[in-house]
Amino acid sequence: MTKILKNVHWFNIIVPIIAVILGLLVGAIIMLLTGYNPILAYQSILESVFLQPYYTGETIRAIIPLILTGLAVAFAFRTGLFNIGVEGQLLVGWFAAVAVSLMFSGLPKLILLPLAIIVSALAGGLWGFIPGLLKARLKVHEVIITIMMNYIALYTTNYLIKHFLYAEGEKTPNIPEAASLASTFLSNLTQGSRLHWGIIVALLAALIVWFLLWRTTKGYELRAVGYNPHASRYAGMNVKNNIVLSMVISGALAGVAGSMEGLGTYQYMMINSTFIGIGFNGIAVALLGMNTSIGVIIGAALFAILQTGSITMQSTAGVPTEIVSIIIAVIIFFIGSSYIIRWCLLRVTKGGK
Amino acid sequence: MSFVIEMRNIRKEFPGVVANDNITLQVEKGEIHALLGENGAGKSTLMNVLFGLYQPDKGEIYVKGKKVHISDPNVANELGIGMVHQHFMLIDKFTVAENIILGSEPTKYGQLNLKEAVKVVQQLSDRYNLDVNPMEKVENISVGMQQRVEILKTLYRGSDILIFDEPTAVLTPQEIKELMNIMKTLVQEGKSIILITHKLKEIMEVCHRCTVIRRGRSIDTVHISESTPDLLATMMVGRKVDIKVNDQAYDPKEVVLDIKGLTVSDSRKVSIVNGLDLTVHGQEIVGIAGVDGNGQTELVEAISGLRKIKEGTISLNGQDVTNKRTRKITEAGLGYIPEDRHKHGLVLDFSVRENIVLQTYYKNPYSKAGILNNKKITKKAKELIKEYDVRTPSELTLARSLSGGNQQKAIIAREIDRSPKMLIAAQPTRGLDVGAIEFIHGKLLEERNKGKAVLLVSYELDEILNLSDRIAVIYEGKIIDIVNPKETNENELGLLMAGQRKAVKEG
Repeated sequence: MTKILKNVHWFNIIVPIIAVILGLLVGAIIMLLTGYNPILAYQSILESVFLQPYYTGETIRAIIPLILTGLAVAFAFRTGLFNIGVEGQLLVGWFAAVAVSLMFSGLPKLILLPLAIIVSALAGGLWGFIPGLLKARLKVHEVIITIMMNYIALYTTNYLIKHFLYAEGEKTPNIPEAASLASTFLSNLTQGSRLHWGIIVALLAALIVWFLLWRTTKGYELRAVGYNPHASRYAGMNVKNNIVLSMVISGALAGVAGSMEGLGTYQYMMINSTFIGIGFNGIAVALLGMNTSIGVIIGAALFAILQTGSITMQSTAGVPTEIVSIIIAVIIFFIGSSYIIRWCLLRVTKGGK
Repeated sequence: MSFVIEMRNIRKEFPGVVANDNITLQVEKGEIHALLGENGAGKSTLMNVLFGLYQPDKGEIYVKGKKVHISDPNVANELGIGMVHQHFMLIDKFTVAENIILGSEPTKYGQLNLKEAVKVVQQLSDRYNLDVNPMEKVENISVGMQQRVEILKTLYRGSDILIFDEPTAVLTPQEIKELMNIMKTLVQEGKSIILITHKLKEIMEVCHRCTVIRRGRSIDTVHISESTPDLLATMMVGRKVDIKVNDQAYDPKEVVLDIKGLTVSDSRKVSIVNGLDLTVHGQEIVGIAGVDGNGQTELVEAISGLRKIKEGTISLNGQDVTNKRTRKITEAGLGYIPEDRHKHGLVLDFSVRENIVLQTYYKNPYSKAGILNNKKITKKAKELIKEYDVRTPSELTLARSLSGGNQQKAIIAREIDRSPKMLIAAQPTRGLDVGAIEFIHGKLLEERNKGKAVLLVSYELDEILNLSDRIAVIYEGKIIDIVNPKETNENELGLLMAGQRKAVKEG
């Protein structure tokens, strides 16, 4: 045990697992205190997600944008930047994908679908480019700019939908079939869920991010700049360009996450009165996944299971869905304070020696 | 016999390493006792045991003849043991007096009695000749004075056994002299001092006895009066240490680096390099001697393209590199061992392997078409680790977990392996122990003898004198004189460095 804990890699894996367990425990305690049965609640989550095909499908569907936003945050983290603007980049990506699909509705699927996804990446990338540029050239902190960019994205997309692409029900018209990721096959397989082909896009993105960061010279540069911009500059790297590029790639991933919702889940974009939260959840997913591709996929899966499962938890065990929000918050809390977990682990293993 | 401190047969084990193995340390009252050892020999572990930060696995500690159990630093304080840390623990915005009393403030009717504090601090400062103004804010005082504040902190708490952890690492030569005097005063007043260091010169100057430890074992305790630096170095390293000296005939080749009229501003836009001229030839080491802050850092940054050049030109290998991008200059044949290895030399969170290719990752064979070739990188890293004796568990270990000497060896391996025509070494041995210094000096001389041009910037005059073919003295951003190391001495250099041009030459 001591040996395992001595190893940094193992440590990094153990901490999130303990955070999740603690989150579930705290959730259980709150349920007990408020008069619910936690065993029944967790059982209903697991049963619905793993035994009822509809909920399995919905869970996987929810994983798709979470993987992409998680990757977006993780990518920026790896290069030393905190992209809190994933939410806004997701919204502009979503809008761009839907708008392009509606504008070029005559194109064949082979062209229109990739085009819509690429445009969503460009739009999200642009939304990341602005704070990246400001950070690199004027040293404006990216957190402040990206938060502001989130609001600009929210209200701009709402305005554009209202004035140019408005349809009944406070939304855009539905996208043409040629731009859709929806699949009757996947839907039938999962008893009518909204599961779509976007899962392939998300998994592919995870693979690309991994490859880019760990197998290319560009990724090497981005990580070097993230860890130590001074040494990178001394080694002749262009630190400023790498900061901008990192934000653009991060934003592009978030933009694609938006297109998954537009082209897959909903087939349109609605007017959002407030943020939808997938971007912000991406931060938690990245934290939980320790900024690795595989970790992000697992983190996204966990969040999707909790969120989808909360619906049946409410109907079967009578536990309000808000409990799940509390559990998620507690998990994030414990990851954020991973120092405490590490300290406890060290204490325990020392004592045992 | 009674000792103020006696640590008997201390053993402290960490998973996989025995940091202290049966170490015995006996400190007499009123002596300055040196604890000498290479980086990683176990000095800090032993002192942390004494200070209560670690619990020994075996062994006993006696303070003033009484057996004690030091369970935490508070207990150590109560026993009169105080530690002057290498990295100061002061609050910048507080005054000297406020910093000193922090944690044991004098009170009057439950209120802080700052007047009393200032008075006590002033008295202590006067008594030990520390020359500290209790009312000054810490942010406004020099590094040397900050260290004296740390000393006062321990005295204020009534310590009579002071541990100094590598106290001279951050000081200028002048400040080191002052510190030595302070230590002498302290022992005259009946205090006892344990000095942790790997600088032999300092030990010879102030210490009475010295305990040498090597790889976790105590080798011997000797009286300084009966010892020599050579003997101590041999005991510390475990073999005879060569002091490398540049003794090859001076036969400079073609001009490699040619700087003309260079003017560079510092971050406040004040010219800090002022019309500087300098040439460095192949098969030559030019040492830059000067007091810190006379433009050395800016000069080197200008050469390597990290700082904008206001006026003047730099040519490297016959190529004009004035205000060119860093990578272009690197490719024109510049190798650079930066002064601050943690900040500028390494990406600490990268593995050794990744750091080895920090300058070459984008080139064949380490990558092709933007894709890294990890096999080739690993092979290169393994080669260099072996060739340069970088002690690391593997090439995948993070650079952060290597000792300072091994980090520096990794940087030197990276820079020299590219075989640059021009090599700049800024403070290449700062903070390193004798063994590592020997190795690095050897490598610099080897490059010189291969016909390379070497520019050595250092505040250690010994280093400059031993290695250089020519010494360029920098003062206020200009080279004010170039002297032959064989015809000069520390005194003359010291005067030149203080700006006294054409000092009286003596032997």
